[in-house]
Amino acid sequence: MPRWLAYLIVLALLSAAGAWAFASLDMNWNWGVVWDYRAAFWQGWWMTVLLSLASLLTSSLIGVTAAMMLRSSMPLVQAAARVYVELIRGTPLLVQLLIGWYVVAAALRMGTDQRYLVGVLVLSLFSGAYMAEIFRGGLDAIPRAQIDSARAIGLTPWQTLGLVVLPQAVRIVLPSVAGQLVSLIKDSSLLSVISIAEFTFNARNVNSATYSTLESYLPLAVGYLALTLPLSALSRWLERRFRYEAA
Amino acid sequence: MNLVIHDLVQRFDDPRSRRSTTVLDGLSLATGEVQSLVLVGPSGGGKSTLLRILAGLDVPVTGSVTFEGVALPRDEESLRGYRRGVGTVFQAYNLFPHLTAMDNLLLPLVHVHGLTDTEARRRVAEPLERFGLTAHAHKRPAELSGGQKQRIAILRALVVQPRRLFLDEPTSALDPEMTGEVLDMIDDLKRSGTEFVLVTHEMGFARRVADEIAFIADGRVAAHAPAAEFLDRCRDPRVTSFLARTLHA
Repeated sequence: MPRWLAYLIVLALLSAAGAWAFASLDMNWNWGVVWDYRAAFWQGWWMTVLLSLASLLTSSLIGVTAAMMLRSSMPLVQAAARVYVELIRGTPLLVQLLIGWYVVAAALRMGTDQRYLVGVLVLSLFSGAYMAEIFRGGLDAIPRAQIDSARAIGLTPWQTLGLVVLPQAVRIVLPSVAGQLVSLIKDSSLLSVISIAEFTFNARNVNSATYSTLESYLPLAVGYLALTLPLSALSRWLERRFRYEAA
Repeated sequence: MNLVIHDLVQRFDDPRSRRSTTVLDGLSLATGEVQSLVLVGPSGGGKSTLLRILAGLDVPVTGSVTFEGVALPRDEESLRGYRRGVGTVFQAYNLFPHLTAMDNLLLPLVHVHGLTDTEARRRVAEPLERFGLTAHAHKRPAELSGGQKQRIAILRALVVQPRRLFLDEPTSALDPEMTGEVLDMIDDLKRSGTEFVLVTHEMGFARRVADEIAFIADGRVAAHAPAAEFLDRCRDPRVTSFLARTLHA
C-alpha cells in the first residue's frame, strides 16, 4: 500500500469518528461569532510563535551549557547542574511560572511589562533542563576512541568538539530535540496563567466573550498543529540528511 | 630511530574501588638504530599502554622516554605538538563516521597542518592511488570494509608526513583476508623506509617487518632482541611458551 493511501485511510477514519461524535451531540455551531474575533486568534498565534522561537534559542543555549556542566569533573559545577535539572524536571511548569512571576519577578521589583521576558526565561529554564539531559546523552554516546583519534591527529580540544564530537552528537540528539521543541510550543500555552496574551490566552478570552467553547478551542488545536507538524517534518528530513551508520 | 625508555611506571586509578592498577612497572628498553620495533606479549601485559605513552596520548606516572635523544614532554600543549609530528593508528574506530574517507584524510592536513583544500587534495591523491583506495575515497566509513577502513586510517596518519608511526594491533579486529591487505600495506611502508612501532599478535608478520622485537609482560620488558634472534634463540620460558601458543594456534 502506498504511504499516501495509508495516511488517507487513517485520516478518513479519524474524520468519520469525529463527525459521528459531533453529530450525536447535536451541536449548535456558532462559528459566526468566533469569526469576528479572528484578529485575536491571529495575534495570539503570532505571539506564541515569537515566544516559542525566543524560548527555543534560549533553552538550547541553557541545555548545551547545563549538559557540559553535567559532564564536568568539578564536583560543585556538576552538582549545580544536577540540582537544576532534577528540580525543574520534577516540578510542574505551572508552579515554576507562578513562582517565577509572583515571587522572583516581584522580589526583583519587575514591572508588568516585563512579564513576557519572565515568561520566556521560565519556559527556557524549564525546557533547558530536558535539553540538558538530551545533549548529555548525545555527548556520552560518542565513543572514547573518537576522542583518542582526534587527539592523535593533533586536534585541539575545541577543534575536537567542533569537528568531531558535535557533528556526531547533533545527529544523535536531533529526534529528541525536535520532540522537545514540539513540547515547548505546546507548553507555551501555560504562559497564559501569568496573563501573557498568547494563543491559548486569547482563545480563552474569546470563549468567555462568546460562550462558544469548541468554536474557540478547535482553532487553537489547528493553530498548534500548524506549528508542530512542519517541525516534525523538518526533523525527519534533517534526520535523513544526517544519516550514516556508525562505523 | 633510536628509542630509550627508562624506568617507566603507569598506574590507573579506579575511582570506585579506590584501588590503582599498575600496568607498567618500571619498564626500561633501549633499542639500537632501528627502522621498526615490534611489541609483542600477552594481553594485559602493558603493550598498548606503552604505545599510548610513546604516541604522546598518555603521560606516565614516572620514568622517561627519549627518541633520538629528545625526551617526550609531559605537558598537554607540548604533547599536542609532538603528536602532530607522528601518526597513530588504533585497533578500530579510527575514522570519523560522519566524514567521507577523503574528508577524513583532509581533516588533519587542513585543520592541523594548515594546507589549503587544494594542496591537501593534491597531497592525498598519489597515496590513495598507490594503495588502491581512490575508488573508495567518496565513501563514508560505514560503506567501507574493515580492511579498507584501517588502510584509510593508516593513510591518514601517513599523509601528514610524520617522523614515525605508532600502530596498535591494527589487524586484531579484522578477518584473515582483510588482515592480509593491511599487513601488505605495512610491508610496503617498511620497504619504503617509514619508521614505526607496531603492537601485534601476528608473529609471522613480526618476523617479516621487525628490526627488533620486545616481549612485554607484567609491565616490563621480559625479552628484547633483533627479530631473527628473538624468534629463533630466545630461551626465556615466558617467550617460548607464548611463541608456541601463537605460532601453532
